[in-house]
Amino acid sequence: MNNKINWARKDLLAISELSKEEIELILEIASSFKEVSTREIKKVPALRGKTVVNLFYEPSTRTRVSFEIAAKRLSADVINIIADSSSVRKGESLVDTGKNLEALKIDIIVLRHNSSGAAHLLARNVGVSVINAGDGWHEHPTQALLDIFTLKEKFGYIEGLNVTIVGDILHSRVARSNIWGLTKLGAKVCVCAPKELLPLDIEKLNVRAITDIEEALKDADCVNVLRMQLERDEKKVFPSVLEYFKAYGITSERLNKLKKNILIMHPGPLNRGVEISSEVADSQNAVILEQVTNGIAVRMAVLFLVSQGRQLYAHSH
Amino acid sequence: MRILIKEGFIISPADNLEAKKDILIEEGKFLSIEEKIEDNKADKVILAKGKIVLPGLIDLHVHLREPGREDKETIFTGTLSSAKGGFTKILAMPNTEPPIDSSQNVRWLREIIKKDAWVDVLISSCITLKREGRELVNLEELKKEGVVAITDDGSSVNDHQLLLQALKEAKRLGLLVILHCEDKQLSDKGLVNLGIISTRLGLRGIPTEAEYKRIERDIKLAQEADTSVHITHVSCKESVEIIAKAKKKGVRVTCDTAPHYFALSEDELLDFDANKKINPPLRTKEDVLAIKEAIEGGIIDCIASDHAPHTEHEKEIEFENACFGTIGLETSLAVAIKELIEPKIISWQKLVELFYVKPAKILNLDKETFKANKTATLIVLNPNKEWTVKKEDFLSRSKNSAFLGKTLKGRVEYTIYKGKIIYAECSDSSVPKDQHPDTSGIPKVCFEK
Repeated sequence: MNNKINWARKDLLAISELSKEEIELILEIASSFKEVSTREIKKVPALRGKTVVNLFYEPSTRTRVSFEIAAKRLSADVINIIADSSSVRKGESLVDTGKNLEALKIDIIVLRHNSSGAAHLLARNVGVSVINAGDGWHEHPTQALLDIFTLKEKFGYIEGLNVTIVGDILHSRVARSNIWGLTKLGAKVCVCAPKELLPLDIEKLNVRAITDIEEALKDADCVNVLRMQLERDEKKVFPSVLEYFKAYGITSERLNKLKKNILIMHPGPLNRGVEISSEVADSQNAVILEQVTNGIAVRMAVLFLVSQGRQLYAHSH
Repeated sequence: MRILIKEGFIISPADNLEAKKDILIEEGKFLSIEEKIEDNKADKVILAKGKIVLPGLIDLHVHLREPGREDKETIFTGTLSSAKGGFTKILAMPNTEPPIDSSQNVRWLREIIKKDAWVDVLISSCITLKREGRELVNLEELKKEGVVAITDDGSSVNDHQLLLQALKEAKRLGLLVILHCEDKQLSDKGLVNLGIISTRLGLRGIPTEAEYKRIERDIKLAQEADTSVHITHVSCKESVEIIAKAKKKGVRVTCDTAPHYFALSEDELLDFDANKKINPPLRTKEDVLAIKEAIEGGIIDCIASDHAPHTEHEKEIEFENACFGTIGLETSLAVAIKELIEPKIISWQKLVELFYVKPAKILNLDKETFKANKTATLIVLNPNKEWTVKKEDFLSRSKNSAFLGKTLKGRVEYTIYKGKIIYAECSDSSVPKDQHPDTSGIPKVCFEK
């Protein structure tokens, strides 16, 4: 493993804050950790004696389990806290919860929260490491990192790749983190959604914004299909899931027209028949389960790096 | 008390005065203002060489929170904060708990002011009962109780007819109308300016339309009522353009902006610092520039702080749940010096216009100051002193400043109110430490009350 690790952050809050080199470092370390999960004994002692708390204010099975497995494969002790975000206002504040955890001498908090900026709030109020596992509509850094890791594995490079992200971009933290990560590494990103679900001025993040799905798929090397949550669609752009599926669903009919192979990614959980057809989700081109596997390696890398970064931080504070 | 101020440079456009002079004060009044005054009977001599002497400043937009939210601010702490910032006359906003919408509440407020205030506190009342936008307050009765202005600040009166009626009534009674222009259907649940920053942060955006469309409507209503209105906290380019056009047409509209709208842009929000969560929101760099130009060009008449104190536990929480607003009384002047004087956008005379002459005119007050026998209220300012904004230095009960950590320029060294030194930087150990009974624990000030 790389002995000269150039990582000085105690936290991982947003891909927007990372340099290209920092992203590459995470990917590099993730690829050396990937092998651990293929061993007979799936454990290395990198975080032995450290305690990781998964503090989740939003329901999530996939991300929480992935972080838990990643931490355990690094030999850390893991505590899971499922907090009820509806009682946040009357109950203990996020900052107080964080300070209490710190007083319990834990080392890393993995935070999932329904409010944009929650990870920043927590990180500036505690000395322990904070990893953002998704905050509101803002960012979901490890999801983007595992998506990029998977792309790099499949194509061997990122620079110049055409990646299309389809779905509710407005409310998607996965889209935001992917846009930052991919553009920093030189990929060409296109986002595709009906106008109402495209955030204003998104083009300023160096992406193409397109409402026509056929157009958005035309040049794509990969399409990242976002989960469609109709309950977020306040403007009622789509009266039903079927309407969305007809307009933006990724189907083999749409893909076959392109006469080429496109890599299919999805952050999960899948809504079959809403944003993606079963046929596509289960096809040769889909790498959805590989993404899940790669998630462990990427999260191991992030847990490891912030733990290193915190030692530097502790020295300087 | 007899105070002699030596060699200060007085700037007071309303007195046509811009000169180095000595000032002698006794019994609350100016005794004389001359080239050179020798006086050995003075209790206190202030050596003001290299310092600037200005009239006590006026702030048209201050939330003192009392009655009701004394945990955020009180008349006592808010006016002390004013004194430190150089403001000797402030207009208290009526959105207290309960709101100031009845004679009884005005009398209650007036009693607290009489007991606790360090500076002049003028009272404004709501336009509608409980600021609900449904029923007008009894303006005639409130006027008799000494209310000088009406405003539903924090909200805009949605009902055109109701506001029109209020404007006509206010005109008849000679009351100033201050309008917070926001169409809440457009600002919706917005948290920051709508655009690249709301997109980046994943926060709901507030479009500039929410502000300027309402300004457009309110200007029309002012024309219809044939009266004057004052629009507060103008924050964006479009609003400035609309107001400029109206002024050109002869509509009697005046307006203010707050220091954060010409000093800070929305880019400041990238770290989710809720102290910069303000309504209207911090706008784009282009808007900041437009506000500066409007100040320079006289479209914007004055600067008001919109001092909005909040406790730490209402700010250091999830961004979407944090209260809107920043405190401003203690930074307002220094932000203006740093952002407007230093880059030579405006002159010192213009600064005094923005912080004193125009607000006095809008309030229909006497603007002359530095004349023998007039009440001696002034500030002595070190124009070159640079300082960094720190939580622990605020006299306001709340510390939620959007300028924490920023370096500003210009520092009030003395605030003299009706002939008494009510604030002095403690570096001057000769100031009598005649402490007000309730000021124990408040650092770095010396008092005489």
